[in-house]
Amino acid sequence: MKALIALEDGRIFSGRSFTGRGEVYGEIVFNTSMTGYQEILTDPSYKGQIVTMTYPLIGSYGINSEDMESRRIQAEAFIVKEYQGVPSNWRSAQTLKDFLEKYNVLGIEDVDTRALTRHIRLAGAMKGVISTEDLDPASLIKKAKDSPGLVGRDMVREVTCSAPYIWEDCPVEGAAAPKGNALRVVALDYGIKFNILRCLKNSGCEVIVLPATASTRDILALEPDGVFLSNGPGDPAGIPGVVGTIRDLIGKKPIFGICLGHQLLGLAFGGKTYKLKFGHRGGNQPVKNLLTGRVEITAQNHGFCVDVSSLDEKEVEVTHVNLNDQTLEGMRHRHYPVFSVQYHPENAPGPHDAAYLFDQFAALMKERG
Amino acid sequence: MPRRNDIKKILIIGSGPIIISQACEFDYSGTQACKALREEGYEVILINSNPATIMTDPETANRTYIEPITPEMVAMVIEKERPDALLPTLGGQTGLNVAIKVADMGVLDRFGVEMIAASASVIRKAEDRDLFREAMRNIGLRIPNSGIARNMDDVRRIAAEIGYPLIVRPSFTLGGTGGGVAYNREDLEKMAASGLDLSMIHAVMLEESVIGWKEYELEVMRDVKDNVVIICSIENFDPMGIHTGDSITVAPAQTLTDREYQMMRDAAIAIIREIGVETGGSNIQFAVNPENGEMVIIEMNPRVSRSSALASKATGFPIAKIAAKLAVGYTLDEIPNDITRETMASFEPTIDYCVVKIPRWTFEKFPGAEDYLTTAMKSVGETMAIGRTFKEALQKGLRSLEIGRYGWGADGKDSYERSRTLPSMAEIEEKLRIPNSQRIFYIRHAMLAGLDTKKIHGLTKIDPWFLENMRQILDVERKIQAADKELSEDLLHQAKKTGFSDYQLGYLTGRTEDEIRSQREKAGIIPVYKLVDTCAAEFEAYTPYYYSTYEVEDESRPSERPKVMILGGGPNRIGQGIEFDYCCVHASFALREEGYESIMVNSNPETVSTDYDTSDKLYFEPLTKEDILNIIAKEKPMGVIVQFGGQTPLNLAVPLARAGVRIMGTSPDSIDRAEDRKRFQTMLQKLGLKQPPNGTATAREEALAVAQGIGYPVVIRPSYVLGGRAMRIIYDDQELEDFIESAVRASSEHPVLIDKFLEDAVEIDVDAVSDGQETIIGGIMEHIEEAGIHSGDSACVLPPHTLSPDLIDRIKKDTKAMAKELNVIGLMNVQYAIKDKDIYVLEVNPRASRTVPFVSKATGIPLAKVATKVMIGKTLRELGLTTEKEIKHIAVKEAVFPFDRFPGVDTLLGPEMRSTGEVMGIDESFGLAFAKAQLAAGQNLPLSGTVFISVRDKDKMAVVPIAQKLANIGFKTLATRGTAAFLASNGIACETVHKVSEGRPHVVDHIKNGAIQLVINTSLGASTTRDSYKIRRATLDYRISYTTTIAGAKAIAAAIEAMLQKKLQVRPIQEYHGLQNNAGLKTGTGINPE
Repeated sequence: MKALIALEDGRIFSGRSFTGRGEVYGEIVFNTSMTGYQEILTDPSYKGQIVTMTYPLIGSYGINSEDMESRRIQAEAFIVKEYQGVPSNWRSAQTLKDFLEKYNVLGIEDVDTRALTRHIRLAGAMKGVISTEDLDPASLIKKAKDSPGLVGRDMVREVTCSAPYIWEDCPVEGAAAPKGNALRVVALDYGIKFNILRCLKNSGCEVIVLPATASTRDILALEPDGVFLSNGPGDPAGIPGVVGTIRDLIGKKPIFGICLGHQLLGLAFGGKTYKLKFGHRGGNQPVKNLLTGRVEITAQNHGFCVDVSSLDEKEVEVTHVNLNDQTLEGMRHRHYPVFSVQYHPENAPGPHDAAYLFDQFAALMKERG
Repeated sequence: MPRRNDIKKILIIGSGPIIISQACEFDYSGTQACKALREEGYEVILINSNPATIMTDPETANRTYIEPITPEMVAMVIEKERPDALLPTLGGQTGLNVAIKVADMGVLDRFGVEMIAASASVIRKAEDRDLFREAMRNIGLRIPNSGIARNMDDVRRIAAEIGYPLIVRPSFTLGGTGGGVAYNREDLEKMAASGLDLSMIHAVMLEESVIGWKEYELEVMRDVKDNVVIICSIENFDPMGIHTGDSITVAPAQTLTDREYQMMRDAAIAIIREIGVETGGSNIQFAVNPENGEMVIIEMNPRVSRSSALASKATGFPIAKIAAKLAVGYTLDEIPNDITRETMASFEPTIDYCVVKIPRWTFEKFPGAEDYLTTAMKSVGETMAIGRTFKEALQKGLRSLEIGRYGWGADGKDSYERSRTLPSMAEIEEKLRIPNSQRIFYIRHAMLAGLDTKKIHGLTKIDPWFLENMRQILDVERKIQAADKELSEDLLHQAKKTGFSDYQLGYLTGRTEDEIRSQREKAGIIPVYKLVDTCAAEFEAYTPYYYSTYEVEDESRPSERPKVMILGGGPNRIGQGIEFDYCCVHASFALREEGYESIMVNSNPETVSTDYDTSDKLYFEPLTKEDILNIIAKEKPMGVIVQFGGQTPLNLAVPLARAGVRIMGTSPDSIDRAEDRKRFQTMLQKLGLKQPPNGTATAREEALAVAQGIGYPVVIRPSYVLGGRAMRIIYDDQELEDFIESAVRASSEHPVLIDKFLEDAVEIDVDAVSDGQETIIGGIMEHIEEAGIHSGDSACVLPPHTLSPDLIDRIKKDTKAMAKELNVIGLMNVQYAIKDKDIYVLEVNPRASRTVPFVSKATGIPLAKVATKVMIGKTLRELGLTTEKEIKHIAVKEAVFPFDRFPGVDTLLGPEMRSTGEVMGIDESFGLAFAKAQLAAGQNLPLSGTVFISVRDKDKMAVVPIAQKLANIGFKTLATRGTAAFLASNGIACETVHKVSEGRPHVVDHIKNGAIQLVINTSLGASTTRDSYKIRRATLDYRISYTTTIAGAKAIAAAIEAMLQKKLQVRPIQEYHGLQNNAGLKTGTGINPE
């Protein structure tokens, strides 16, 4: 079924739906990972975004029951060059098509995804509309322009959990058990990826996940050894309330933030965030750890960034830098046990080079505990 | 960390001649490394015996030793040059093995040479299976259960523990030579015995079979600060059990989820750390159980490899260049990525296309060799194709292979299409079950015959993902066939996206390729060109490396500069190899020196020509009329150079000219005049030149009549072939009839050519360059072996050592006359036979020949560069080339053969070319130069011991002085009865030994017992007796020096004598050509200053 992709700047791409009919809007972004489409689709940070994979052949290994990063598909739509309808992998349980259709998410193929990627690289990430219903370019371009976009918008409330839960290889809702010997981490859910929870657990933590809006008192009441600030979608500056909570926690508990959590921490440190032209999305981003001099190949997924010049050097130390564009990738507080990274040490998808950070968090909690 | 300043001079070891499993990829990596290190200000010393390489150009390294790559010679170079460091990881297995031996000899310690990138102990840990297994156990990785056997008792004990089938892998051999799958005890006994023998350390590993598991490879790089990146993942289309060099491979991996891929990545990083490769690239192979994902490690190569060349071309990331910089202390985050400029080398390339590599086999060259694939590599070359889908890349790859196919079938070329019935189910199933060179096409037959994916997967173990994609190709094919003449624009577009060539579409719809092209162009269905940029368009790319696809956006940026396109040679095969790539690269250099934009088109990932910075632009595309015309339409070059890439581009000359393309240099008509028999004959008559009596036949009776008219022996061959395909010397009617029946099938379309065979004639090769007015002879080479042996297989010497000055003058005069008559602009090669002072013209090829690089290295004149400049309008005078160069030294070229890869194949040389590569020996005398050439080609000429002589009657007189010379310098003589009697009657003392057929102990027993060091054995070319065949095979198996010709024997005797008189010395090529201090000189005029 023919489908059109219209961008707010007037560019049109054509393709074909492999999942059925529909019309959907979102910010169009590209991801350069060659593997990991299941994790990408289910990553809550993609809420509000239409994802294009730069690797052309997608669907080859199907969908399995394990590689879920949340309970459902989060991306608004999925664009590929060629959908692979007959997957081959021992873990595959269903096709990508069935998976997309289950969550009523549009999958578009036969798109010159390289041209689309180049366009976004040159013109920046932008709003777009995909439709199989309205094939009038002018009408679609107008819809793209009129769509809400991400800047200044609170996307977190669309993905955060509605009630606290405990992580036991899967979310288990209910009250937390009395505190035992394990390190207790309260994770604030701005759109948390399951693999972060898996990694925390592997590092010896019991994890209680709270909604993004949890208050300082709620958090401290659980007597955590540390607080984790999760990844999540959209503009950090558009989320009301949470920065104040984080500011309250600094100095009280060890804190570790990833991605949106890192950006929110940056705001809590008094810094500013800004939107990158087209963001970093992929599994091959080189990050230099300034503390060790080593290079980590990292998974990334972010469109916003903490402005390094807005941070108070006396308070905050830059620990990691992106080697491609020198943007801030990691920081720590000079006095308090607080640190964060912009990239995804939990990977999924992506390299495991930075997995040490979870152990570092655990060590920090032990040290301070 | 910045570059190391404590080292200044670095020795690089090349990989020597092209052999199966070591091809041009090591010229590519070595050249990159030399360039990279010199860029950094290091002095680079190189040793490589292969003259047909860019790395041995006098400009590439500071001092270049074209000498045999033996530990002794490398030690001499070290003693003479006193390098600070030895970089052993760029010369393939040869470089690695020699480096280890040199280290073991204590030479490195003695002269204070540091082995950089990988130390001897690291190399051992990776290469010795015992140590490797131990290392893997240390990091919790599993390798298949196995045991190392050092004798046959071990073999039997370990096999009993592991069970059958099991894999036999000799330690330290090339491409798994001697390895294989043993299904039962009998197989095992045979394979293990030969494996023990072949292994440098007399060990074989017996290994649990993981045949049928999925096979993957990762290319890994590490720097001195322990940063590690993965450059590329590769998934093998063919599963475990087939050598990766013989497998179709695909990049990136297709059927691994991220979780599984990252586990593999983690394993690779752990492995490179555990083995301890300090810096540089490694290749790691994995097997994965398709049922449950269980992963085992197969092997690791702690060096750049064929796969790393492929990974470099597949991603755009120059592994060898970066490896060289890492070796001298840089870290990945300090080295810029040339392609993006703004980012650094410390990242992992991501690609947005699919790459398919397909091996090229030449089983047809080795009658007696069975066409099946095992863990020992047999292919001689490969092609790579890039597409936006697997389907597109696969079809592009198949039409790049130069096997007369236009894609995955659907081109009327399958043998069954003549009879319109598919092969039998039994045949199909067998061809699927036992891997072979045709299996890819049998998969199509199987699908046409109705086998489903599950069944085909069951037989082949090829992953269903690949099979399903192929089935989709077939689905499109069926739609096209059904559409017939009504092929719609939509379907045409879909077909092109699926990789179908115009030729296939023409075949399927009953039209011509040109008709499809014109329909396509009218509909605006033309390819676009996309960039290979390492980063999937995330950053701007500056390197113009393109591939075609049928998409929306075109990224090519044709310039307004005057530009010339060079057509490369495609995949290596016997008869067309690195020599032609060398010429293409020189053409590109010459164009750039003259201010022209050079555009390279080629499909061979092993080459220097497909390095992204060799030319101004690189199109990685199949060399077919369709693909070339598409690029021409985009780039509009002023002309196309077809005369450097061998037969592949030459065959395109006429079709391209017809399509209105300007062919640079010698006109297609002149090429035709040289190739068309009748026109050629007319020309020779006009010039008063002789050729051997000859005729043409289109039927059996006619062939007999022609042969009888000329008189036997005759040489017979099909028209228009390169490398002597299906050429044979025939001695009588019966043989002629047999040959015509079985081999050539003469027809009016394909006549056979019959020439008088000039027995015992001396063959001469001449390479010349002409600007249309003047012709300069580049070199005259005298073949060592007499006429009748393919020129590519014959050793030759430059300058000629037995011809009189008068004959040489006549040869020059005749060559110039033909160049003038054919209005040659560019290169020309002529083959002559000289018999009884008469000169016969055998062949004229107005194009680059296989010997051009050899002549250039021997004389210092860069012939291909000169020819290129002539083609764009310079005169030889303007280029400063007015006189022929007289050299005072002697250069000998020797051919290298792949017989050890093909058990059972006869090693007797003939008119069909079978060598894969060549070496050069250069020295002050013929004896020394020939000795070096033999040494470089792997023949260890004995300086003492016993010579075995058995020659046919007509050679008996001629062998006497040779036997005498050998006796004089201390050899004992052993001969068969007839030869012994003859030698004795001529005063040469010798012992008699049984022929094989005369009972034991016979000569082969003596060879096996090490009682014979040199074999001289001539026999009638045509009907080889079992006896001489067994002797030849035994000399090969036991690595005894041997020759099958009197001329060869004479040369060997001269060489042994010369070596006894004077120890071999090494001397850099720059000194031979008077370039004492080669500080990166540029040959602006194309001529080295005298």
